[in-house]
Amino acid sequence: MKMPLPDPALMARKGEIVRALQRLVPGEGVIGDPSGLVPFQSDGLSAYRQTPLAVVLPETTAQVSAVLAWCQANGVKVVPRGAGTSLSGGALPLEDGIVLGMAKFNRILEVDYPNRCAVVQPGVTNLAITGAVEADGFYYAPDPSSQIACTIGGNVAENAGGVHCLKYGLTTNNLLGCEIVLMSGEVVRLGGKGFDAAGYDLLGVVTGSEGLLGVVTEVTVRLLRKPETARAMLLGFASVEAAAGCVGDIIAAGVIPAGLEMMDAPAIRAAEAFVGAGYPVEAAALLIVELDGPEAECAELSAQVAQLAEARGATSIRTSSSETERLAFWAGRKAAFPAVGRIAPDYFCMDGTIPRRQLPHVLTRIGEMARQYGLGVANVFHAGDGNLHPLILYDADKPGELEAAEAFGADILKLCVAVGGVLTGEHGVGVEKRDLMGEMFNETDLACQQRVKCAFDPDLLLNPGKVFPRLHRCAELGRVHVHRGAVAFPDLPRF
Amino acid sequence: MTEAAATILRPKTAEALARIVAQGRRLEVIGGGTKRGIGRVAGAQSVLSTSALNRVIDYAPEELVLTAQAGVRLADLEVLVAAQGQMLPFEPPHLTRLLRTKGQPTLGGVLAANLSGPRRIRAGAARDHFLGAEAVTGRGEIVKSGGRVVKNVTGYDLCKLLAGSWGTLGVLTQVSLKVLPAARAELTLLYFGLSDAQAGQAMTQALNAPVDVSAAAHVPATTAARAPLKAAMAVTALRLEGFAASVAARAEHLAAALNGLGRCEQLDAGHSRDFWVQIREVEAFSKDPRPLWRISVPPAVGWRVGATIPGDVLYDWGGGLVWLLSDADPAQVRGVVRTLGGHATCYRGDAPAFAPLDGSLAALSARVKAAFDPKGVLNPGRMGAI
Repeated sequence: MKMPLPDPALMARKGEIVRALQRLVPGEGVIGDPSGLVPFQSDGLSAYRQTPLAVVLPETTAQVSAVLAWCQANGVKVVPRGAGTSLSGGALPLEDGIVLGMAKFNRILEVDYPNRCAVVQPGVTNLAITGAVEADGFYYAPDPSSQIACTIGGNVAENAGGVHCLKYGLTTNNLLGCEIVLMSGEVVRLGGKGFDAAGYDLLGVVTGSEGLLGVVTEVTVRLLRKPETARAMLLGFASVEAAAGCVGDIIAAGVIPAGLEMMDAPAIRAAEAFVGAGYPVEAAALLIVELDGPEAECAELSAQVAQLAEARGATSIRTSSSETERLAFWAGRKAAFPAVGRIAPDYFCMDGTIPRRQLPHVLTRIGEMARQYGLGVANVFHAGDGNLHPLILYDADKPGELEAAEAFGADILKLCVAVGGVLTGEHGVGVEKRDLMGEMFNETDLACQQRVKCAFDPDLLLNPGKVFPRLHRCAELGRVHVHRGAVAFPDLPRF
Repeated sequence: MTEAAATILRPKTAEALARIVAQGRRLEVIGGGTKRGIGRVAGAQSVLSTSALNRVIDYAPEELVLTAQAGVRLADLEVLVAAQGQMLPFEPPHLTRLLRTKGQPTLGGVLAANLSGPRRIRAGAARDHFLGAEAVTGRGEIVKSGGRVVKNVTGYDLCKLLAGSWGTLGVLTQVSLKVLPAARAELTLLYFGLSDAQAGQAMTQALNAPVDVSAAAHVPATTAARAPLKAAMAVTALRLEGFAASVAARAEHLAAALNGLGRCEQLDAGHSRDFWVQIREVEAFSKDPRPLWRISVPPAVGWRVGATIPGDVLYDWGGGLVWLLSDADPAQVRGVVRTLGGHATCYRGDAPAFAPLDGSLAALSARVKAAFDPKGVLNPGRMGAI
């Protein structure tokens, strides 16, 4: 993975840069010594590591603004970081850049039930938002697997998803407003507590911009009322095709489950060996279906889903009869990544989305590719929304395996795009899928996106080296594209 | 508008549309032209319509995704998805009677204006269902963003930017939308004679109960007296949708929770549908010459709009969307709304249609506009300064 070449002149100024930042964020807000920088070397994509020039941990929006303005004036690159749980390398440091850690922004500022929203600082964890309101019967819907650790600021940057996306949407569908600081140090408020904001939907484009457009310093999230009941079902199938068919049947019946997950045989067995959730280890595919709402709705829909599963020849059907049992059903799925971590020294988690009807074909092809590369693979899958998570198993200590795993992963993502899908459903492009962007977008598409970047950060100092395969200077992109000639449009009907 | 603008260009392909834009003339961009009265385009040399881009490209109901060209008529699309037992979840308003226009709203127009109906509070806005776009920027380039699957974070989400940009950033040529199964059953609970403040509290209480209210509106007495409702007192309405057993259970729960509000009437599915079309289309205000405002505020303070500004009001989105008919000074309207934490769009009247933005936000928005349309050829002036 190639990152932008470090600027030796900046590296030579490290001492001066650290001192200047210490003046802006006094106390223990700046880390410059090598041992203190170690914990910031990588994020959730631990295959890639880099020590940054320094780490800054501001506590106020004013400090964030001062740090960014100083960095812009001095040409210093900035990598924003929440909890560092990104699975795509979004918070991977740069050798000649600073990491701006937002962990100290850890307060819930306001819970506003009449408007069903909460105003929180970006370093608050995803789960802590629900924690603050659940006693009153509310929750924050997006639930990425890392929700115990990941921060809401990072969720905004990555447009994080989770198992409940199909029914409740991603982060972008659950935000009302935020405050961001631009690289210039300007503080801009986007949205508020109303349903729509004046002007362009800049909140919409900042969400999922992977820390390239601004640093989030405050977030207003929507709160939802907790459903009265929730019930989970485990449906075992003898083939992936039958399970995939059942997913289609459920949706065709007009049922949008709160969660609709699929695991293949290797994932089922790894999870069962790890947590003993009672999964059918003989099954070729397992569906976990969660239904929520009033008791009457859960009862009606679970009976309907059971019928549909039977019609597809399900080998086992279990419905949770208590909250404890429901959580046990989920325990295996939620522990799927660490469970797979036990059967291989290392793994890559891929994240493409495909049209659901392509699932049997794509899983078959992934199996063939695994044999070709001589690597293991386990599949967990947000089946409801077509979001695949193939886990590629490898051993980084064996020469060539990391490279083979990278190539295998790239092939999977190219396949996803080829069947009408996308490179990433919820983990972000980061550095991991950066060089594959050309599979989905042509140069014109990418230039358009980069011009948006230029509108926010004209010097390209915020998180460079992520998302875009090539860095174009803004002036170069600004050249006006003029077509001359054709004045008449003979092919046009005129009225 | 100049003489030349009387000619409407209707390209049949995105490529032909791109060639027109690349010529560099200032263009008024329209779909069906039904919302042309909102925002003034300054000095357009031609009118460019997407109405000849009218094919449905792909609709796989089991994938919950529909891809169509931008000029497809909204009404046709609604029939298409209804035939598969599905719906456009954001319940888009047509607003043709309200805006007294004869044309047909298009899919592209609804997305470009980010218009959402009563189900906005539960299902999200047009922008939340906008999965992918092909658009022609002011540079005359065809650009695509997003995809044809329901979950995607690859690259910047330019669909969000294009939604609600009123054709000032790009001309939508093709879009992908998330669709959902239509509700199998619905009913509406009606309460009568509540003041705006009481109704505001009642809607908050209903929306905060675990009953999944899919629409909440309040029609004050003076508005309710008008056609088509012609009711003798204020009407507050709460809609429940879903599977029959679930709707019945939730209706019982909700009625018990709101027991103190007095008489409660139930509208069956047919009457409920008619009622919410009236709300969605703001029919009560369609025959009135006074300036018309669409106001977005935090829902819990919505009722204060009617309490502060003289005129007639209608509250949707649990108070978060306020339609106001008023002769009040536009500066007063915008001042009050701003204090409440919202913004007001003038749908009819002399005031600028869009609320001006603050310094940093205005500058950033202008840079975003320039990124897409450096020469300002797409709907110049339509959104005011940007």
